[in-house]
Amino acid sequence: MITIDRAVKVETRRQPIPPRDRLERIFHIEELAALYGGKPAIKGVTLEIYKNLVTAVIGPSGCGKSTFIRCLNRMNDLIPGFSQTGVIRYHGQDITGGDVDPVAVRRHIGMVFQRPNPFPKSIYDNVAWGLKVLGLKDNLDDRVERALTQAALWDEVKDRLKASALSLSGGQQQRLCIARAIAVEPDVVLMDEPASALDPIATSAIEGLMNDLKSEYTFVIVTHNMQQAARVADMTAFFSISRGGEGERFGELVEYDATQKIFTAPADTRTEDYVTGRFG
Amino acid sequence: MSAHGITQADVRAVNLPRRRVVNRTMELLAWLAALVAVAFLFLIVWSVARKGASQLNLDLLTKTPSVGFFASGKSGIANAFAGSLVIVALATAMALPVGILVAIYLSEFAPAAIRNTVSIALDVLNGIPAIVIGIFVYGLLVLGHGQSGLAGAFALACIMLPLVARATMEVLALVPSSLREASLGLGVPRWRTTLSIVLPQTIGGVVTGTVLAVARVAGETAPLLFTSSIVGSKVSWNPLHALQTIPVAIFELSDSADPADHARAWAAALVLLLFILATSLAARWLATRQRRRLSTSR
Repeated sequence: MITIDRAVKVETRRQPIPPRDRLERIFHIEELAALYGGKPAIKGVTLEIYKNLVTAVIGPSGCGKSTFIRCLNRMNDLIPGFSQTGVIRYHGQDITGGDVDPVAVRRHIGMVFQRPNPFPKSIYDNVAWGLKVLGLKDNLDDRVERALTQAALWDEVKDRLKASALSLSGGQQQRLCIARAIAVEPDVVLMDEPASALDPIATSAIEGLMNDLKSEYTFVIVTHNMQQAARVADMTAFFSISRGGEGERFGELVEYDATQKIFTAPADTRTEDYVTGRFG
Repeated sequence: MSAHGITQADVRAVNLPRRRVVNRTMELLAWLAALVAVAFLFLIVWSVARKGASQLNLDLLTKTPSVGFFASGKSGIANAFAGSLVIVALATAMALPVGILVAIYLSEFAPAAIRNTVSIALDVLNGIPAIVIGIFVYGLLVLGHGQSGLAGAFALACIMLPLVARATMEVLALVPSSLREASLGLGVPRWRTTLSIVLPQTIGGVVTGTVLAVARVAGETAPLLFTSSIVGSKVSWNPLHALQTIPVAIFELSDSADPADHARAWAAALVLLLFILATSLAARWLATRQRRRLSTSR
């Protein structure tokens, strides 16, 4: 029941996207290539991500979706042997260079991971810890409540804020992770298959909150679930695996357009094959 | 069956009775090997307990050795207990912070090349015979300065360092990287992530490693013979002078002409054994608890 209800609401609530030249660009990515140990995982990715929209990244396994969004907040820096070329402009400023502090980048560009990864602390401290460490100490209780409310979790946990976050269900843990990410007031929230480990009800809760929150944040979501992309995303980027010379395989951006267009009238046959289920 | 080309006759032809006998024999041999290992431990504890029980009393722990020809029967090795306590505590205080810092650097920050090199160096340090470490510290600290509890503690710290560092590295590797990513993804600096998120997860493991290292060095004799063995019979807590220790006391008492001293040596050995047994059990308990906690937090 809930799922159907939510799905209907999502469909009806979506506003038509204004023309692209009227949208504010958050990211301007040009010719991005990411390499692990010298082998390319993605190549030649060029696209713009717009403010206050939900942008979905879809594609078959191994096409570099996760690699791509982890480039956007320098999360790949942690992987030994990783390197990248190309330009990622964030509000006009290149964030790929060695002179850019990845900690400052991540401070503005938060992330929610595939598997819920709450800290082994209380529910309250999961949200409050980041706030305290990052110096947002005023009105701590209010900030925690606001973040938990935005993440549609407050009503379920308000009576047991001191309980361990690990006592929550998987869906609740993931919403707690979202609360933790948005509590520190990021500009962008990256979501790497946030619902892949969750049941349909928890999934629809997370999709619903993305819709409710996109007026305040910009979301980029990786998903292998096309229905999910169709439900939540304003813009959709389709990645696919290409084969270069000498048998090398890498992911590339095939098509990037309004979600409606990607799913109903894709320009590329590979996109069409994928969204109609003929491939992948 | 015959569809796969195997018939009943084939199965029977593989000589099942003989295989059964071999199986039983090997099982018995393995069981005996296990028994031998346990038996040796039991024999050692039993013989030490039997020979030392007569002298295992409060006097042993509270009285100092009586010296001279007219020595009364009531004497103990209180000075050795005090000295062991001071030296092992000092050694732990030296090795623990350095060992943990080394482990954090290697596990969390160092590039792979440095991590591998230093890890091997730690293993080599761990393999250096205790007597070599004794000679090294003798040359470094004792020559020209004289023996001291501090020198003894330093020698023991050299033995503890790789044990503590290796144990800490092992628990750091158990902390899931998703937890580090959670903190880093918030825009929290790496040092803060390590300090506030990663390290608290490892406390149990670090304590376990430390307790095992303490148990190991509490029984070390060779390094102390060089660094802290020329001692008086009074109880002293001052590490600037040479301090008597339990293992050295056992070594010296066993060399005595007085049979009561031999019994005292056995009793001291029993105390040492019980201490090591208790610390090992405590370490085992802490390690299980730690593992359970890490597995629930994914």
